[in-house]
Amino acid sequence: MRYLTALLALLVSFGGHAADTQRPQFTFTAIPDQNEAELVRRFQQVADYLSGELGVEVRYIPVKSYPAAITAFRNNQVQLAWFGGLSGVQARRAVPGSEAIAQGYEDQFFKSYFIAHGSTGIEPADTLPQAVAGRTFTFGSKGSTSGRLMPEFHIRETFGESPGEVFSRVGFSGDHSRTIALVQSGAFEVGAVNYAVWDKAVASGEVDTDQVSVIWTTPEYADYQWTVRGDIDAQFGDGFKKKLTAALLAIDDRAILDSFPRSKFVPADNDDYRAIQQTAESIGLLSDF
Amino acid sequence: MTGFWGQARSLRKLTFWFAAIAAACLAFADIDITTRSPGHELWRMATGLVTPRIDDPQQWLDAVITTLTFSLQGVVLAAALGFVLAVFYRRAWVRILAAALRSVHEVFWALIFIQVFGISTLAGVLAILLPFSGTLAKVYGEQLEEIDPAPARAVQSGDRQSVSHFFYTRLPLALYAMRHYTAYRMECAIRSSVVLGFIGLPTLGFHLETALRTGDYGAASALLFTLLALVYSLRFWFRAGLLWLLVPAAFIVRPISANWSAANLAQFLRDCIPAPLRHDWPLEKTGRWLAWLGEQVASGAWNTALLAQIALVLTGLFALLASTLNSSHFVSGMARRTGDGFLLVLRSLPEYLLNFVGLIILGPSMLPAIIALTLHNGAIIGHLLGRHSDEIEPPAIPTGPLGRFAYHYVPTLYQRFLAYCFYRWEIIIRETAMLGILGIPTLGFYIDSAFQFLRFDVALILIGVSAGMTMGADFISQRLRRNLRMEAF
Repeated sequence: MRYLTALLALLVSFGGHAADTQRPQFTFTAIPDQNEAELVRRFQQVADYLSGELGVEVRYIPVKSYPAAITAFRNNQVQLAWFGGLSGVQARRAVPGSEAIAQGYEDQFFKSYFIAHGSTGIEPADTLPQAVAGRTFTFGSKGSTSGRLMPEFHIRETFGESPGEVFSRVGFSGDHSRTIALVQSGAFEVGAVNYAVWDKAVASGEVDTDQVSVIWTTPEYADYQWTVRGDIDAQFGDGFKKKLTAALLAIDDRAILDSFPRSKFVPADNDDYRAIQQTAESIGLLSDF
Repeated sequence: MTGFWGQARSLRKLTFWFAAIAAACLAFADIDITTRSPGHELWRMATGLVTPRIDDPQQWLDAVITTLTFSLQGVVLAAALGFVLAVFYRRAWVRILAAALRSVHEVFWALIFIQVFGISTLAGVLAILLPFSGTLAKVYGEQLEEIDPAPARAVQSGDRQSVSHFFYTRLPLALYAMRHYTAYRMECAIRSSVVLGFIGLPTLGFHLETALRTGDYGAASALLFTLLALVYSLRFWFRAGLLWLLVPAAFIVRPISANWSAANLAQFLRDCIPAPLRHDWPLEKTGRWLAWLGEQVASGAWNTALLAQIALVLTGLFALLASTLNSSHFVSGMARRTGDGFLLVLRSLPEYLLNFVGLIILGPSMLPAIIALTLHNGAIIGHLLGRHSDEIEPPAIPTGPLGRFAYHYVPTLYQRFLAYCFYRWEIIIRETAMLGILGIPTLGFYIDSAFQFLRFDVALILIGVSAGMTMGADFISQRLRRNLRMEAF
């Protein structure tokens, strides 16, 4: 009985702690596009930085999937999110009035790499090599811009067929780190990956470039951006959006920038992603039939 | 139709047809091993398994508490709701409601409730509460039907339907079995609670997914042992005497809360209306939408049926063999306890987790799902069957273990064995559909895609198809069990 009382007291104290943190809080999330440990490291730095700049407590919550990030944004569980091109378009359609406010400098000219396992013998080329046809192929997440949307668009452009018809097997690895791991292990022969994640993984020695290498680079397109809810000023006071935008654009801490990796953040608006939306509609991902 | 049911009276014929269907399915199924060097990853997993590591005790404790509170709150509420449904289980609409509730997998319920209530305790508890109350209603209902009717008849009350008549003449007879089964559901709830973490709720599964995905097998092994410890420790703390303290504690520590607004709910409900009706599309456009949807339904249902039939037969085979590990006819003493423990551990590992690990080792095909379903369900049936075999007499003529198995053990237990398998059939279909979330093209794959692109109308239709398949299997297995006079309990 004594133990039970102690246990109950302990549990109640936890409950009290939980109740304390129920003040309105500025929270953001990000699409889980790569290794979660890396994301937590990166966005914890961002949260600390924003707390200092904005004078409110800022919290980052990790999520498990792209739609979970969009749902959290729609349900106002987060007010700000680091979305990919496509997930940003989806989120802004779900929350009228929301806006893209900043993107990485590199996100204006983003690209995807097609990577292949060494055993395929596919040589790098200026166009998508015909030799990928009939191979096994993995995308990243189903809702990824660089790992799904743009690669699928170019596959359809090149072969005039859907990926399911071009390849002998099509998979969705879930994120870019996993795509690299799967192609490197040979579980899939070819894959499409975010170039920034690939370059960073190669630089840090996580990729065995004898096993897996880049065979084609897509043309450029607009990708990741910070998107904020339209009602944020109503929630956190007039001028909050302006302050937030300024704080994001002013990030000059190399540690934070390198963790993305981006050289700096630049202004963005919803129109920057019109082409992404049209591409998604053209290949039926956001289509109206 | 009656011809088929009549013919199926023979157990041997029935077994033959199920095995033949499974063999035919195997010819269509995609069961390649696509990784080139599974050995390396297996070695890393084995090393991780023996070096468990908890990096962040605070985070770990938080996940343990959430896992326990979700399951405890879910089971207690499900037991209450299931009990109410069970009392009225004779009515057809109650039986249909219960079947519908349990035909949708926890993970699908969670995907829906996360859309409405955000990542919250309410979403997690509801996802466990609804399907579990359907299952509990069925089992409680059958337990109440199977009791000795003599006491109920003996008491001459003016009103046979009165509440006190029920509480004094019928309930006490079923209560022991009901409590026993509720304790087993608590074990299932802990597993479900962990699996909900894989799709984003803050239970142990959340961190387990991260650890497995990033190849951090030391951390994964610590979480796995935590899951096993939680399941094993149930027998010490999941007791009526302690629940008076634990249940209120669970509601205090993790009060049920949600993150929702009327506007979002309205939007979600509007999105659930099929697109052609919602946007009033012209006929031609509706046709294109229907064709696109039909393709997903056909492919998803086909692959779900394919995989489930293979898994069902392999589950049966594995269960028959594995049951000997927990049977007094074959093992005793230490060996028996080890066998029992082995089956209990295997049963405690959710098929979602087994499939996840299988994909890492073997690569993407149906093979990991088949193995996961076989091991998990086979261990459950094997454990029950082995324990049941203790009740049958040893053979009259002593023979070697192989002869005993083939000529005494299997024939005597066969009817009971098939009853267990058919009982599990609907669950295997439900789980097969759900495992599609991990990438095999069963219905879950298309459901996940629909959620990915916020097409809730499509998601709900596909969930409905999966529920329909589960209820179909439930219906067929009930008829077969009735015709063959099988008893599962």
